[in-house]
Amino acid sequence: MPDDIAPTRHQRLGSNAGDPHSRLDGIAKITGAARYAADNAPAGLLWAVIAGAPVARGRVARLDTAAALAHPGVTHVITPENRPALHKDPDLRAALFDWKLDLLQDDRIRYAGAPMALVLAETAEAAAEGARLLAPEIEADPARIGFGDGLAFAAETVGIGAPPATAVGDVEAGFAAAAQVTEVEIETPPQYHNAMEPHAIVAQWQGERLVIDTPNQAIVMSRPSFAAYFGIPPENVHIRSPYLGGGFGSKAILNPAQILACLAARETGRPVKLVLSRAQMYGPTGHRGATRQSLRLGVDAAGRLTALSHHAVSATSSFDDFLEPAANAALNTYACPAISVSHSGSRWDIGTPGPMRAPGEATGSAALECAMDEAAHAAGLDPLDFRLRNYAETDPATGRAYSSKALRECYALGAERFGWKTRPMQPGQMRDARGRLLGWGMGTSLFPAPMFQAEARATLRADGSAVVETAASDMGQGAWTALAQIAAEGLGLDLAQVEFRSGDSELPDAGVAGGSGHTATAGSALYSAGRDVIAQLTALATADPASPLHGAGNRAVVAADGWLRIEGEDHRRESYAAILARAGRDALTGRGKGARDPAHAEARAMFSHGAVFAEVAVDPALLQIRVTRLTGAFAAGRIINPKLAESQLLGGMIWGLGFALQEEALHDRRSGRLLNADLAGYHVPVNADLAEIEALTVHEEDRFVNPLGVKGVGELGITGTAGAIANAVWHATGRRVRRFPIHPEDLA
Amino acid sequence: MKSFDYLRPETLEEALAALSDPDTAVLGGGTNLLDLMKLGVALPDRLVDLTRLPGLDRIETLPDGSWRIGAMVRNADLARDPGFAAAFPMVAEALLSGASAQLRNAATLGGNLMQATRCAWFQDPQARCNRRAPGSGCDALEGANRGHAVLGWTPACIAVHPSDFCVPLAALDAQVEVAGPAGIRHVPLETFHLLPGEEAHRVTALEPGEIVLALRLPAAAAAFAGHARYLKLRERTSFAFALLSAAAALRVEDGRIAEARLALGGVAARPWRCHAAEVLLESAPAAPDSFARAAAAALETAAPSGANGYKIVLAERILARALAAAAAGTPAEMPALPGSLMDDSDRETAHA
Repeated sequence: MPDDIAPTRHQRLGSNAGDPHSRLDGIAKITGAARYAADNAPAGLLWAVIAGAPVARGRVARLDTAAALAHPGVTHVITPENRPALHKDPDLRAALFDWKLDLLQDDRIRYAGAPMALVLAETAEAAAEGARLLAPEIEADPARIGFGDGLAFAAETVGIGAPPATAVGDVEAGFAAAAQVTEVEIETPPQYHNAMEPHAIVAQWQGERLVIDTPNQAIVMSRPSFAAYFGIPPENVHIRSPYLGGGFGSKAILNPAQILACLAARETGRPVKLVLSRAQMYGPTGHRGATRQSLRLGVDAAGRLTALSHHAVSATSSFDDFLEPAANAALNTYACPAISVSHSGSRWDIGTPGPMRAPGEATGSAALECAMDEAAHAAGLDPLDFRLRNYAETDPATGRAYSSKALRECYALGAERFGWKTRPMQPGQMRDARGRLLGWGMGTSLFPAPMFQAEARATLRADGSAVVETAASDMGQGAWTALAQIAAEGLGLDLAQVEFRSGDSELPDAGVAGGSGHTATAGSALYSAGRDVIAQLTALATADPASPLHGAGNRAVVAADGWLRIEGEDHRRESYAAILARAGRDALTGRGKGARDPAHAEARAMFSHGAVFAEVAVDPALLQIRVTRLTGAFAAGRIINPKLAESQLLGGMIWGLGFALQEEALHDRRSGRLLNADLAGYHVPVNADLAEIEALTVHEEDRFVNPLGVKGVGELGITGTAGAIANAVWHATGRRVRRFPIHPEDLA
Repeated sequence: MKSFDYLRPETLEEALAALSDPDTAVLGGGTNLLDLMKLGVALPDRLVDLTRLPGLDRIETLPDGSWRIGAMVRNADLARDPGFAAAFPMVAEALLSGASAQLRNAATLGGNLMQATRCAWFQDPQARCNRRAPGSGCDALEGANRGHAVLGWTPACIAVHPSDFCVPLAALDAQVEVAGPAGIRHVPLETFHLLPGEEAHRVTALEPGEIVLALRLPAAAAAFAGHARYLKLRERTSFAFALLSAAAALRVEDGRIAEARLALGGVAARPWRCHAAEVLLESAPAAPDSFARAAAAALETAAPSGANGYKIVLAERILARALAAAAAGTPAEMPALPGSLMDDSDRETAHA
């Protein structure tokens, strides 16, 4: 381990990137000036409320639509009997990001909360009461929920179109060669995104154009999905999504409320607003599917993995196929000559799961890190030592070199800050001053560093300021700020000189705000658009005999603070405005694309990494568990905005805490309805749960991921954390709890 | 949601007259009732808002030394009232351990007493629940019931009362002042909430048309101020209902317990006063053995109503812990995490 463990300063790109700017949209948000989708109220608005199914399986025999229509203010009730035709079959998946939707196609009920009817009214209250007055008569079948009752099936794909099984090397030979084999089964429950902002849409038609205000993580990409339901060209769909109050994956996929609101608006000729209640967000808008994971780890006498198998049974709905790709966590984390991962499915009468912050990585790493802890203990090794013995110098799944990997530095920094080296090997050895049991655990964080496709436009204006445009999504992660910083950097302008336009589908496609790849993807497009402007401006200046830069030739021209100058000859400079003015141009537009260099993508494995260390205190008699310290050290390439990145990493770690100790959706056994579909019953961490928490970043330069060297920090923090906390609970109590979340009675 | 009338009476007479209508609900802070209305569990035709009635927001001491607290006093105001908190520190601690700051600012004393169980099936109008829909059955019996009752339950209902506040009140012999068509009467808080029998739908001692006017604490209850604690086991450090809680108050004379007051929360459909345990503690040394014996006696009749047998063991332990904490003396200052097992603030005692 290196002696110097102090966090390294990040190399700044220039005057903008690398600064810990506060959010540019912060004041608008805390003063209420930021307009979220549901804040829109066009004239003539109708309110829509979904009447959701009260059971998880069966059919709707009767709805009292007359009673609903008789309620003052109710204008329409749309049921399968009178639902206007859609241009696309909602049970058909035409594209990779299509989910099958319940859009009143028939009277079948496939999950609790699935739409049975849509009630429209002049007020929100009237619509809600109309929905209640429908008083459905249901022919219910028993709900099949849980791994015991679910229907097992073979997986065709996992995640978004990924293969369900992968094998490297000879796993059986690896186990045969092992000095010890550790076998672990871990269960994770259904979890729900619970974005602070409920799913909402305001839909209005202008002739054949559909204008919608809705929070959306893939603004331009989702236009065809909307358009397909109404038989209109994608460019006829205008999506406005300037702010999202959290998305976490749930706002990247269309949900039934969105299409039903658009349909109702077309049918009635009036704008329609539909806002889901908190309870209605537990069903039709995706969730993290439950998993049952089995791991086997073969370890030789030197403490090295000889074989690793990871199988996950992932729960999904009865009618669609999204499977949490949990077992893939074993593919890229630890060096091992033989790895086998596989998935199968279990069909439950629930809404279809979908991507939820670190889909697969969160559940898979929770199980893998617990299994690694058990294997380390069985081998008589410190958990960190064990991980270092199994440090992957190249990607275990592909053998490729990493584009960059500063995980060793993360281990060292995190362990030093936490004080890990004094950890006793045996559990139950530490107590705090009040006699509470203390335990320390750790986990490795790992998340892919993907890039998607994005485009951006940058326009330099006559006064030397610029406007930059791309349809990015700010989910609260800080895109309005970090992307503007990158754009300013590309243009050689101060942030204050750059107007950033975003969150609107009329702008260039920024790709999806998902996979922790938004800053890398949209940022690369913005940066290259800026560089395009600078290249054009440089050409103008160097070709103009009147410019001080004339004839600069191959000498480097530097763009900074609104001036072009020749490197090393600082007197030879000219402002952007002067160059434009002399050229008689009132604006100069550049374009840029963000995408990964295919050669690098082929040759390198690209991941963000980290190490999380947790301390828990457990009341020895009453068994209450509290995380008293969390230290994370992360390597994620260049950090554009350290303040926002830290917030992202902390948010991920806090999510990991909720995963370990709190989050769990419960279903009624008979009806299949959710029992805790609100934030009083579905616990997520509160401030008082966070005694001490720290997210550090280590320096990491990556020449391959993209020209900016940016990876991602959105999902990284959750991985590693849940396992670290579970391992700390074991270290405090000696109890291995193999079902998340860990409850006090599990320690009894 | 269902339309309803909203009335804001100016006098008690007007309020009682308004309550003669059977489909009427009483509104205080609304922190529970409005949720139940949104859920479709409460569907009143009219709401009678008591928050503007004169005099119900007062905290006062009466000539006999007892305390009278109006039904519309907000939880936060009561907990932060210096005189009240000094006289009844474990009540203040219980109040501050509950809900969140925002909810405590809105919630009223009367509303706290009248709040409904948070049993998931009670809160789901589609579920079978004898408490909400008499005779429909109890889905909790076969459901995720790790939080349900271990004392005083019947197959008709295994729900628990959610209040923190009511637990020390039951221990301290608080009386509920009730106003109704027949005038004013007093009901011991300890029996104000009804246990289920063959039926479960009647949940408090209030007769139709009656309201909670005030709460009274006897002068003698303040004698426990030096040795009184409320402890709460929960799975989130704040903003969570108790899995279990305990209120313990002692009068200690020369190392011996002169008098004890004990109640458990999270175990039954009412805050559970532990009389037998109190008797065992009288004249016993203020020592761990006495606490363990008393705690065991308190749970003697306990039985799991489902996957909650662990609560019996933990209830015994939290009682013993609360007794030990009370014996050590009331902290000089309110703990940073009131009622929390995870509090680390200083343990200087106020009155020991």
